[in-house]
Amino acid sequence: MSPADIRDEILNILEDIAPDEDLGDLKDEVAFREQLELDSMDFLDIVMELRKRHRVQVPEEDYGQLASMQSTVTYLTPLMKDLQKA
Amino acid sequence: MIAMPRQNLPDSQRIVITGVGLTAPNGNNWTDFRDSLLNARSGVSKYEIRYVGETLAGICDFDVKRYQSKKDARRGTRAGSVGVYSANEAVMHSGLDWENIDKSRVGIYIGVTEHGNVETENEIYELKGFDYDTQFWSHHHNPRTVANNPAGEIALNMGITGPHYTIGAACAAGNAGLIQGAQMLRLDDCDVALAGGVSESIHTFGIFASFKSQGALATHEDPTRASRPFDVQRNGIVVAEGGCIYVLERLEDAKRRGATIYGELVGYAINTDATDFVLPNPERQAECVRLALRRAGLAAEQIDIVSTHATGTGLGDIQECTALRNVFGQCEQTYVNNAKSFIGHAMGAAGALELAGNLASFDDGVCHPTINVDELDPECSLPGLVMNQPREIGKPKYVLNNSFGMLGINSVVIIERI
Repeated sequence: MSPADIRDEILNILEDIAPDEDLGDLKDEVAFREQLELDSMDFLDIVMELRKRHRVQVPEEDYGQLASMQSTVTYLTPLMKDLQKA
Repeated sequence: MIAMPRQNLPDSQRIVITGVGLTAPNGNNWTDFRDSLLNARSGVSKYEIRYVGETLAGICDFDVKRYQSKKDARRGTRAGSVGVYSANEAVMHSGLDWENIDKSRVGIYIGVTEHGNVETENEIYELKGFDYDTQFWSHHHNPRTVANNPAGEIALNMGITGPHYTIGAACAAGNAGLIQGAQMLRLDDCDVALAGGVSESIHTFGIFASFKSQGALATHEDPTRASRPFDVQRNGIVVAEGGCIYVLERLEDAKRRGATIYGELVGYAINTDATDFVLPNPERQAECVRLALRRAGLAAEQIDIVSTHATGTGLGDIQECTALRNVFGQCEQTYVNNAKSFIGHAMGAAGALELAGNLASFDDGVCHPTINVDELDPECSLPGLVMNQPREIGKPKYVLNNSFGMLGINSVVIIERI
């Protein structure tokens, strides 16, 4: 998966876990929490969905890497580069 | 302590209903539900659930998003959504100045038959796809399955900081929630009680499969004819979902704010058979009814309408009718009906919903019938049974509501028109 594919996939996950939010205006460099109503359980949802959908494991010490779209894609790119786009 | 006779109670100890919010399989508010009960509109339809396959159920179609965000609905449970809808409707109906009341003085008391089965079944089903590797088990499982979940979701949604909990009372839970709310008002634990019951039970295959294994799950080619208490052809229960939550207040508070009062809880009782896991005991049921009457200071013949619990099982209906014959056998002016014949068995919500279906008679003077009685089982014959057609009876003064459950829990409430 390319960084663009990974971004699309994160958007898909966010659409599921934050269905009331308008994600069209999401700023990649700004923290999710500053733009969306996400709490710790929602971040766990992102981690769980990555695990369920792609078998990607995000260890707890790396949760901080999922702060914004930009940091998430950067973090996931090496982990997901060999995965096929669904 | 028997907290009666109620005639001597000060207004600070008299508990009244000042709001009703509900969702039933045949109506998403009190008016529509009542209209369905007077016009033979069933809420039962075909339904399919995993493993069991095609069956029947009473399904609600309330607008979840009216009071809840999509995210909260996703994160929570169906019972929570039913509760949030019913509680908001009840508060709106009550005319309370909700923005300005002290939320720390609001208590939430919600009856449930069971809770947690739906989420547990769903998680195990999902987990099977991951070869039962528990690292795929949802972190939402615990907050969804804790027993206080439906009440807690109401508290979160409405910003209520007073006490909240559920009352697990099998299918007697709707009445039990109401009774708990009244007791807490009398103890001054809150000023407003949101009390009643909810059910999400149609979303657990286990309920259907267990009733089926017990030989107690209703079948009929016409879903609307499947729930038929007292009929010779009855063959079991139709499982339903639903919710009914009342706003309860002390009479002095209701009077002070000029609230519309829909009835006073003048008597109640809960007792236990202590004889069988499943089979009801008519002697204990009759004792429960008599205890509620005694606490209300009423004779049996003063009751205008008896709202029965009967679920459409072969023996259960007979047992309740035996109990009622024992108490009301000589009461020529006491009418008897049943709402499960319309909507099925709404489990934890049943008692509260069925009461609401009858409370409207205080206003319109009509006793709704029990439907689907083509041939009355002689063993279910009761003098005042109102079958198939509503009956004009004039505005009743007292409604007595039965609600019984497994493990032999019996509950009765009596409401007076004031």
